[in-house]
Amino acid sequence: MLVITLLVSISLGSVSIPMDEIIAVLSGNNSSKSSWSTIILHFRLPKAITAMLVGSGLSIAGLLMQTLFKNPLAGPFVLGISSGASLGVAILILGAGIFGGVLTAISFSSWGLAIASSLGAAIVLLAVLITAHKVRNTMSILIIGLMFGTVTSAIISVFTFFSDAEKIQQFVFWGFGSLGNLAWNEVLIFFIIYLIAVLNLFQIIKPLNTFLLGENYSKSLGINIKKSRNIILLITSLLTGVITAFAGPIAFIGLAVPHITKLVFKTSDHKILLPAVAILGAIILLICDIIAQLPTSEFTLPINAVTSLIGAPVVIWLLIRKKKIYV
Amino acid sequence: MSSSVKNSIETKNLHIGYQQKKSVSTIQENISVQLFKGEFVGILGKNGIGKSTLLRTLTGVQDAISGEVFIQGKSIQSYNLKELSSLISLVLTERLPESQLTVYELVALGRQPYTNWIGRLGKKDIDQIKWALEQTETLSLANRYFNELSDGQLQRVLIARALAQDTQIILLDEPTAHLDMHHTIKIFKLLKKLSKETNKTIITTTHEVNLAINSADQLILLTDKEVVAGNKKTLIERNSFDHLFSSEIVNFNEKLEQFIITKES
Repeated sequence: MLVITLLVSISLGSVSIPMDEIIAVLSGNNSSKSSWSTIILHFRLPKAITAMLVGSGLSIAGLLMQTLFKNPLAGPFVLGISSGASLGVAILILGAGIFGGVLTAISFSSWGLAIASSLGAAIVLLAVLITAHKVRNTMSILIIGLMFGTVTSAIISVFTFFSDAEKIQQFVFWGFGSLGNLAWNEVLIFFIIYLIAVLNLFQIIKPLNTFLLGENYSKSLGINIKKSRNIILLITSLLTGVITAFAGPIAFIGLAVPHITKLVFKTSDHKILLPAVAILGAIILLICDIIAQLPTSEFTLPINAVTSLIGAPVVIWLLIRKKKIYV
Repeated sequence: MSSSVKNSIETKNLHIGYQQKKSVSTIQENISVQLFKGEFVGILGKNGIGKSTLLRTLTGVQDAISGEVFIQGKSIQSYNLKELSSLISLVLTERLPESQLTVYELVALGRQPYTNWIGRLGKKDIDQIKWALEQTETLSLANRYFNELSDGQLQRVLIARALAQDTQIILLDEPTAHLDMHHTIKIFKLLKKLSKETNKTIITTTHEVNLAINSADQLILLTDKEVVAGNKKTLIERNSFDHLFSSEIVNFNEKLEQFIITKES
């Protein structure tokens, strides 16, 4: 399934390339037209890989948030973490125009962008966690997350107000979300950060499962809650941060994919759920990317519009059909 | 574990309560009790008297204001979380978050202190889980989702989870709070039986005073005046039950060995 969607995704675009040629190029042979090889290897393949990393990364982050907050509505977007990452990027892109100097230099490096946006994500997540610890009521936590999201958006508007048109345009386009602007070296950076985050998951499979019983039981099972929570914080910030930096704030995947996965696999065991959301997330974002390509072959829709158009109805449908959603 | 130590839990001059920066609010003072292996212990007292605080202090979740708790003869502070998890297991009143765990998976989580990094269940783990399910008569529920169970079934499953954790001490916080009379008695009988057959120390807070008085080996009474512990006989001799509730509402009847609602005159 992953392979099929990957191939379909690569085959679509303003230049149509036959499937057998794609397979030929991907397996290392030369295509009958050299331009096809270039398109596939330098544009479509990095884009497809980006889509997979984004889809699986956001889905993992969403699952972690839902388990940590014991709330089925939690997710990087809902809790304002994506907005935090946006703020990091906004400070870098827009702030460079206002403050100039060092920021300008950093804003051109993709590492700088990734780190700024991870930091932004981490700060909001930390703030949500601290307040969550104080209020404990899960409904309040979501509202607080939304508030943090609003505040960061407001700060971004203030920045926009003081920036010049060119910078604003750059930022607005970034905000639409895009999977296709990455060169290979950026994909590599993306992949390295993704890998660091995912490798850390192995440490927390057991704690995550005890979180399903609540904090007191976790503690009585010998789990160091603070440490596990910090690792979850680290993974989520890294994933949301790097994804938001390179692909823009992509909505709904982090919320919808874990629920679709739980519905399909009917389990809460993270040993199964984590790899499942990763694969399903990759597939679903590839499908979203295919849909974004379809309407006209000349243009592509902003990926963010597609994920929202698909994600929102899916969540509503899930709620109506199941009447019950699980952490 | 030194088997020479007969008591599982001992407290010495324990003061319990809440500590926030400089303000200290003590709820109960001078608690000195000794609870032994194979004992079924009831903690009794009216609402807000400190039953849950005592329970939390005994598990090490909450720090004592002063005095000490000894587990198997060693101060509770000398154990780390991991070590404590193989000595004490819990059954709590709080609702579990909605999830799609099956009964088997839930009980299997009790094996976490003993499994490897990914939580793989070995033969010993599987045997222990099966034994725990059998003891609590929940083996037939193993493949059901826990959120489909009745309150009585869920309570037995939670006890099974504690049994799977294979600890010398099991602490329960009002395990019969949502249960009818039939299931309440069933849980008490189960706990009593388990304490005898496994030689574990099983401690429960409860509002089922009459049931507890007549089934527990030892009772800890939390009253406005003091905390006393002992078996039914000594507590009756000391008239300790008279201080448990206000006598205008309920009275302890020594002959019947239970509390009777005070008739309005």
